[in-house]
Amino acid sequence: MRTAISLAYLVAAVLFIVGLKQLSSPKGARNGNFIAAAGMVIALVATLPLLNFTSAGVTIILIGIVIGTAVGAVGARMVKMTAIPQMVALFNGVGGGAAALVAVAELLRMGQHPAFTEAFPSIFSIVIGSISFAGSMVAFAKLQELMTGTPITYPGQQVVNGILAAAIFGFVIAVLAVASVPFSFIALMVLALVLGVAFVLPIGGADMPVVISLLNAFTGLAVAASGFTLNNFALIVAGTLVGASGSLLTKMMSDAMGRSLANVLFGAFGKSHAGAAAIAGKEGRSVRSGSAEDIGTLLAYSQRVIIVPGYGLAVAQAQHAARELAELLERRGVEVSYAIHPVAGRMPGHMNVLLAEANVPYEQLKEMDEINDEFKNADVALIVGANDVVNPSARNAPGSPIYGMPILNADQAKNIIFMKRSMRPGFAGIDNDLMYDPKTVMFFGDAKDSLTKLVAAVKAAA
Amino acid sequence: MSNELLNEITFFVLSIFVGIEVISKVPTILHTPLMSGTNAIHGIILVGAIVIAAGASSPVTIALGLVAVTLATTNVVGGFVVTDRMLEMFKGRQAQKQTTPTK
Repeated sequence: MRTAISLAYLVAAVLFIVGLKQLSSPKGARNGNFIAAAGMVIALVATLPLLNFTSAGVTIILIGIVIGTAVGAVGARMVKMTAIPQMVALFNGVGGGAAALVAVAELLRMGQHPAFTEAFPSIFSIVIGSISFAGSMVAFAKLQELMTGTPITYPGQQVVNGILAAAIFGFVIAVLAVASVPFSFIALMVLALVLGVAFVLPIGGADMPVVISLLNAFTGLAVAASGFTLNNFALIVAGTLVGASGSLLTKMMSDAMGRSLANVLFGAFGKSHAGAAAIAGKEGRSVRSGSAEDIGTLLAYSQRVIIVPGYGLAVAQAQHAARELAELLERRGVEVSYAIHPVAGRMPGHMNVLLAEANVPYEQLKEMDEINDEFKNADVALIVGANDVVNPSARNAPGSPIYGMPILNADQAKNIIFMKRSMRPGFAGIDNDLMYDPKTVMFFGDAKDSLTKLVAAVKAAA
Repeated sequence: MSNELLNEITFFVLSIFVGIEVISKVPTILHTPLMSGTNAIHGIILVGAIVIAAGASSPVTIALGLVAVTLATTNVVGGFVVTDRMLEMFKGRQAQKQTTPTK
């Protein structure tokens, strides 16, 4: 029986690896997800035969699975596409919490003097799982706008966080030395939860995807550690796969933003910096704003239009209106493409998902490297609810907090239409010089309303 | 060091390399779905939650088991469903994808 279980776990592990491989190519991604899910079912079923169930055990497992399935399935189905990032944060957090609780239960079972090789991974899992749980909940709250998305900082914050981390480290050693006093786990968990919150508070909403990805890797490691405690091969392999691939993915995401991971985590990015570049825009420079009719005419008689979608388009659910406008222009012979910044929306790849949902043809979606040279040939760059990804200070203002981030060259287009709700700075909290560019026309309003007005205006321009 | 532990460490180390290698060529557009997919995979902690819940008898272990199974199931089910929802959006583009040069 043991052999059969081990073989089933091996099959599950292979399915996870194949699933991951498929998930990283556009063609097989959806299959990859199914393959990984199949691996999960196999691993779960294979676990059951060797267990000695108490009647209470059976009851709580069934209740837990029913509640968890309902919450997970309904939550994942009902959530709006724009809210998916926070949903991922939530699902990641509960996984971290589960890993910590499994480790607590194991430590309690081991009694007063567990072997170091079992106690150590359990404690690791408790600490990392709790950090992941608390951090993910803060990330969720920030993205859901239950709390402010701007970094929350105070003097000496990094010192306090450092002390917290040191206290946890000290506690871990103490717990390993004296072992299994329930109170000490509780204290350790509380400290780790506090650190999880404190660690995410100073990170701005725009950087949450990177944080979620990092916490995702954390949860993977916590799960792997729980696997060492339970001597469970499936947990070790799956958890480690996630820990390793999640770490690499985190690095790729911060690379896409042109910043180091340390800068994302400790830079309190988006807090109003007193940098020269950030202030330069406030000195009463004027902006031009145009009417829907003017802009509609301009668009209707252009040859090449590049739409730069951003999070404002996503929150206004304006992807369908954008497609309508694009189709209308194409029928008039205007060449339309969409310039997708790697971090457009709130997560890398998020914008592609939203536009695909609105049936925007795949060929019109252009990645940054592909389209950046085309802006100078474009008659109009139509910026819909994007901001930081077209901010020229990333290129030319070394004092700016986003300096060095790769941006879309929207400023090189012959005309720039900047659709925005207000002059308020974007998610990163930095003023955008492009709004004051003489070639720029501002068009204020909700992205969906504005696009609908433009559709009408283009039709009228015939 | 016991044989079992040695085996576990071997799996652990090899899995690190596999995990890194297997996603090293992911395009930016798939970052979010991939993150969500790996998020679902660490829901494997449900196996651990079931193991500790199975033998629960005291009030403390019953409470721990119940909460752990609930949270882990939410992770697994929510994770896979939300990933599928994201990838569903790419579905209509697969046919077109083949005619356009892949990056």
